[in-house]
Amino acid sequence: MNLVLIGVNHRTAPVEVREQFAIPEARLPEAVKTLASCEGIEEGMILSTCNRVEILARTADAVPALDGFFRQFYGIDPAPYKKYLYEFRERDAVRHVFRVASSLDSMVVGEPQVLGQVKEAYAIARAVGAVNSQLDALLTRAFAVAKRVRNETAVATSAVSVASVAVDLAKKIFGNLEGKSVYLVGAGKMCELAARHLLAHGAKQIYVANRTWERATVLAKKFNGQAVAFEQLYETVPQADIVISSTGAPHAIFRKEHGERFLARRRNRPMFFIDIAVPRDVDPEMNRLDGIFVYDIDDLQQVVSSHVADRRAEADRAEAIVHMEVEKFQARLQTLDVVPTIVSLQEHLETVRQAEIDRVRGRLGTLSPEQELAVEALTRGIINKIMHTPITTLKSAARESSEVTTVIDLVRKLFGLRELRSSAAKDEPQAVAGGRRGAAN
Amino acid sequence: MPLIWLRVAVVCYGVGLLYSLLLLSKRGNLLGRIVEPAVGLGLIFHFVSLVESTVLVGHLSLASIHYSESILAFLAMVVFFVFFVGYRTVSPGIVIFPIVFVLTFASAIGQKPVTLTSPLLRNGWIFVHVVLIFTGYAGLFLSFGASLLYLAQERALKSKRQTPLLTWLPPLQTIDDIGYHALLFGFPFMTFGIVTGAVLAIEKYGPMFFYDPKVLLSFIMWAVYMLLLYTRWSSGWRGRRAAFLATFAFVVAICAWAANNFSRVHRFIAS
Repeated sequence: MNLVLIGVNHRTAPVEVREQFAIPEARLPEAVKTLASCEGIEEGMILSTCNRVEILARTADAVPALDGFFRQFYGIDPAPYKKYLYEFRERDAVRHVFRVASSLDSMVVGEPQVLGQVKEAYAIARAVGAVNSQLDALLTRAFAVAKRVRNETAVATSAVSVASVAVDLAKKIFGNLEGKSVYLVGAGKMCELAARHLLAHGAKQIYVANRTWERATVLAKKFNGQAVAFEQLYETVPQADIVISSTGAPHAIFRKEHGERFLARRRNRPMFFIDIAVPRDVDPEMNRLDGIFVYDIDDLQQVVSSHVADRRAEADRAEAIVHMEVEKFQARLQTLDVVPTIVSLQEHLETVRQAEIDRVRGRLGTLSPEQELAVEALTRGIINKIMHTPITTLKSAARESSEVTTVIDLVRKLFGLRELRSSAAKDEPQAVAGGRRGAAN
Repeated sequence: MPLIWLRVAVVCYGVGLLYSLLLLSKRGNLLGRIVEPAVGLGLIFHFVSLVESTVLVGHLSLASIHYSESILAFLAMVVFFVFFVGYRTVSPGIVIFPIVFVLTFASAIGQKPVTLTSPLLRNGWIFVHVVLIFTGYAGLFLSFGASLLYLAQERALKSKRQTPLLTWLPPLQTIDDIGYHALLFGFPFMTFGIVTGAVLAIEKYGPMFFYDPKVLLSFIMWAVYMLLLYTRWSSGWRGRRAAFLATFAFVVAICAWAANNFSRVHRFIAS
């Protein structure tokens, strides 16, 4: 399987770069379709969250063809961004997918949101038909690994979420959150989570503004809050002490001049903007205003990273699980890689046997049924003996990851088997899909 | 004897000073555990010293400049403790402790105190006037300290780095409350102090007392004090602007304090 994964995340790229690659939820199906239709790409999916954008694809040949996707979808040449992008192949890609799903690669190690985000990305890719057999197996396995990590280690239980960091900061500004009001701009999951935390620490009034009025009312109802029409955003925001923004807007919706007006309306009482949107909703310039504090997702990470050290040990255990699972998955993959070769070897020898029997049948004359059976048994016995060693070699090579392709190639050359990729590709998926599902369970 | 108690108090306040210096030099909260009992003890010794010297003189009076410095330091500590009880934070001490230490130290090493011999000082009203003004000063000191802390905390929050200072300082809102309430607390004292002073001076010198540098400076300080309260009340000035104003008020207060030498009205040394 030619697996390739290219991405940017919170560690490799600052938010300014990530926001260029971020794909809003509404455009994701279109993006995945574009990806799948790119030349040389057989399957693909895209994960786009505020911390990462990752493109996972199975390609037809070993040379990755993802540059085409960058040009087609983003309209940019990826070359200048190379220093921000990471690229994983094969085993490393598998490991990365497992780590991301298990929340080991997250800004806040162990935070539970990312698994949901991966599942969502997978569902979207499936819905548009961009994933089938192989990525399907990989993702199914990734979800199982994530579950294992969550159940067998304490990584998830002690997670400091971005939301709780936001609460700590709010407390550093306002002291007591008792009676403070919170304004949610955008009705995303993270917004909701942060609001829940703030409420748990005493915040009182919740306002929700969202472009779609229905979602705003639903969320407001959940918190006993008040939905506000998006058009009245700027008039109503000054009523809130804490603003959490996570809209999908392509440009900042709160700029410095807005901040000045808010402060005037509030008689300079401080305001805390938590900007978890990528691209950012709050102009960083706002932070320069006396009395306005702006933290974007990267700033929150900085704070979070100081808490991360405590969970190193648990994370190490989780990494060990991931490592083990990657090995298991690779072994299965390679066993599956040798299956078509074994099948075609068997088919090849069977054809040879049949042809030879047909050729000598005339010279043998009429045979009794017993003799017929004996010839059959003799020839079968010969080809089974011949096949025995190559098949065991193939199977054991599948376990020794490094030499599997060499052995496959060798066997194919020795026996003159047809080229796998061109002709066998058509009937391979079914066989593999069946086998893979068995493997995944 | 009072001098010995005062010197013990100075040592105790020295712990407070050291505490502030260590915090400012980023060594962290090293003396955090002992600073509260130390300065508390200092305050008790200080009180004993003040009572003894009053008993020694025989009546309430401001027998010397050193004595009044001591009273100012004492009142600043009292106000500090009032707010400490209210807000459970020693943080304004980072500014108050050094001021108190310097004042107490100056009054404790005084070998030959400048004795104020003017019979005027026998007047109990003068004493009331001075204590009121000093309490007003103490409120101003505390507010000044809080405004500096506010600036520091605001910087720390905006720079988004987890500095030791950020973790040590109380929340921004608390610092703000301390600053504002210290102003509110000190203002009536200052006002009544100035009023009693004015009444006493008119009695003695007539309306001409007003053209005295110390009196003028005091009025300026009162006006700045008023301005601080007004801007805070009307447009909620905090942070940088409030800190500038508070610093200005603090400087004027120091000048007013130091202006005794030029003041005819406050010249209590028999010449």
